[in-house]
Amino acid sequence: MTGWFSLTRLWALFLKEFVQMRRDRITFGMMLGIPIMQLLLFGYAINNDPRDLPAALVATGNDPYTRAIVQALEVSDYYRFTTVNSSAAKADQMLVRGEVAFVVTIPSDLAVRMERQEKPQILVEADATDPAASSAAISALPEIARQAFSRVNMTAPEEQRGLEVVVHRRYNPEAISQYNVVPGLLGVILQLTMVMMTSMALTREYERGTMENLLAMPATPAEIMLGKVLPYLGVGAVQVVVVLVAGRLVFDIPFVGSVGLLFATTIIFVFALVLLGYFISTIAKTQMQAMQITFFFFLPSLLLSGFMFPFRGMPDWAQVLGEIFPLTHFLRVIRGVMLKGAEWPDVAASSYALLAFVLGFAVLALLRFKRTLD
Amino acid sequence: MYAIDVTGLTKRFGDKTVVDNVSMEVKTGEIIGFLGPNGSGKTTSIRMMCGLLRPDAGRGSVLGFDLEKSQLSIKKEVGYMTQKFSFYEDLTIEENLNFVAKLYRLKAAKDQVRSTLDQLGLTTRRHQLAGSLSGGWKQRLALAACTMHRPKLLLLDEPTAGVDPKARRDFWDEIHHLAAEGMTVLVSTHYMDEAERCHRISYISYGKMIAEGTIESVIANSGLVTYLVHGEKLEGVSALLLAEDGVEQVAPFGASLHVVGTERPALERALGKLEGRSGITVKPGETSLEDVFIKFMSDSKDNMS
Repeated sequence: MTGWFSLTRLWALFLKEFVQMRRDRITFGMMLGIPIMQLLLFGYAINNDPRDLPAALVATGNDPYTRAIVQALEVSDYYRFTTVNSSAAKADQMLVRGEVAFVVTIPSDLAVRMERQEKPQILVEADATDPAASSAAISALPEIARQAFSRVNMTAPEEQRGLEVVVHRRYNPEAISQYNVVPGLLGVILQLTMVMMTSMALTREYERGTMENLLAMPATPAEIMLGKVLPYLGVGAVQVVVVLVAGRLVFDIPFVGSVGLLFATTIIFVFALVLLGYFISTIAKTQMQAMQITFFFFLPSLLLSGFMFPFRGMPDWAQVLGEIFPLTHFLRVIRGVMLKGAEWPDVAASSYALLAFVLGFAVLALLRFKRTLD
Repeated sequence: MYAIDVTGLTKRFGDKTVVDNVSMEVKTGEIIGFLGPNGSGKTTSIRMMCGLLRPDAGRGSVLGFDLEKSQLSIKKEVGYMTQKFSFYEDLTIEENLNFVAKLYRLKAAKDQVRSTLDQLGLTTRRHQLAGSLSGGWKQRLALAACTMHRPKLLLLDEPTAGVDPKARRDFWDEIHHLAAEGMTVLVSTHYMDEAERCHRISYISYGKMIAEGTIESVIANSGLVTYLVHGEKLEGVSALLLAEDGVEQVAPFGASLHVVGTERPALERALGKLEGRSGITVKPGETSLEDVFIKFMSDSKDNMS
């Protein structure tokens, strides 16, 4: 029995593989660090039953009924009033911009009507672009109303507790989850392809040995950077058209807002992505490492940007963390423009954030770029 | 006016000093051979001169531009041909040349590329991928590409490694042609015959400059004395001579032995032991460049170990 399986040879192969793995420090660090980091990060951040959702209150009355309703909403844990005494127009704008998930409107003559037993209405408008985020809070409403009245008017007979809660699921009344997912997918697809392709921009030159020649010729770092990322803007533009057309034809996604506005902001987003990829390529030493860093970046951005799970349902620290991903800002823009008909003032903040990413990644990449082979 | 004027160039990688206090002066229009064993710091020195590596110490100028401050100006006026083919194998010959012509912002880039293709004899194959060319053709393409912008200084890093003798000769004809037009050329090589085609040579060993000058002066300054031993049945003679004091090298060249030493009396005493052997003649010979280089190599300590 010699020859067909040798423990010595197996051991030699095992050792060789282990040494090579350990010598690639980025890979080794990722294998050890990623599981712990991701477990902690996502374990705490992801929440499928989001609570503490920001809401705006449009109410002028200060009667016991109004107070009771507001209190009951807050006690329910689903609603957190970040804005009170808002005008209806202002509240509507906040809903468009995604700053609040709900607008609760309580008529000023609520107390009078209650006492007259006119069955007054209160209005709860929900941002239903993401049906998952709002559905639990909406379904809790009848129970919340019942509790509110048990506080104010304990003695009133059952039939007198007349209050109607009207719910408007804005932007996506039928709660179709594709409306939320498909525009988001555009961002995700762009991110995956753009960052991955450009993350190999420089490592490919190094691995093929062409970098030495390129650096010996009179090309400046900015020229090399732009020359390497600009072609992908074109590829990105094609992807945008393909996804939008498919979204319309295959998934029937409504397109409420301005195509031009969406296209302009998408180009900024793609520009930020290709520069991010190029920045990664100034860090990675091999194409393999570039891929790893890309995925290292990809997963958290997928989970913390609001693509997979409701952004407003995450704890505050996770929301702050989510702001560092261009995808987070792009999702606000594309969902806002496509589904809510958001206009420039509504998406300006997110667009400026994307522009800041463009500048930031460009500066970082230029600082990291090595003009020599040192 | 010196094309290259550097003093005290030093480069360390970690705790290894790869280039140690190298100084060099190259006159405009000269062809200078840069010699030394593998790992002696030739490539590192060349890379420092064209701005691809930052020296840890030392300063100087290339084509009158300060090595530290004017890297972009240096890059515009220098042509550098890397040891390994480093143009784009997935671009065609013509696309590579177009790329280079535009990076140097050549006027009438199209005409330049067309005439370069003509001179190379690659016009009919211009749509072929550069990666599909043979070693000799890649070398010719690389030379043409890095001289298209008419650099004032051409740095060639072992340009003829793995190229057949005919292609090598054509290559050197081209180098002399370029130098005649006023281009300064620094070429690193392992080949003795190529060293002999240079106006001057610099020999570097383990990072240190050991010798410099014309071939005659390098040989003369080495202080080596050479005798030729002719005859049949020289097999035993070699070992016998090497055991003697005063004999430093014994190298067979066809039917004769090159016997090399530093001190003439000691060498002659050693050769005296061959007297009386039939069919063996001893006469003074000329020291070759190779003899000198072998001596340099055995003299210098290997600092890579």
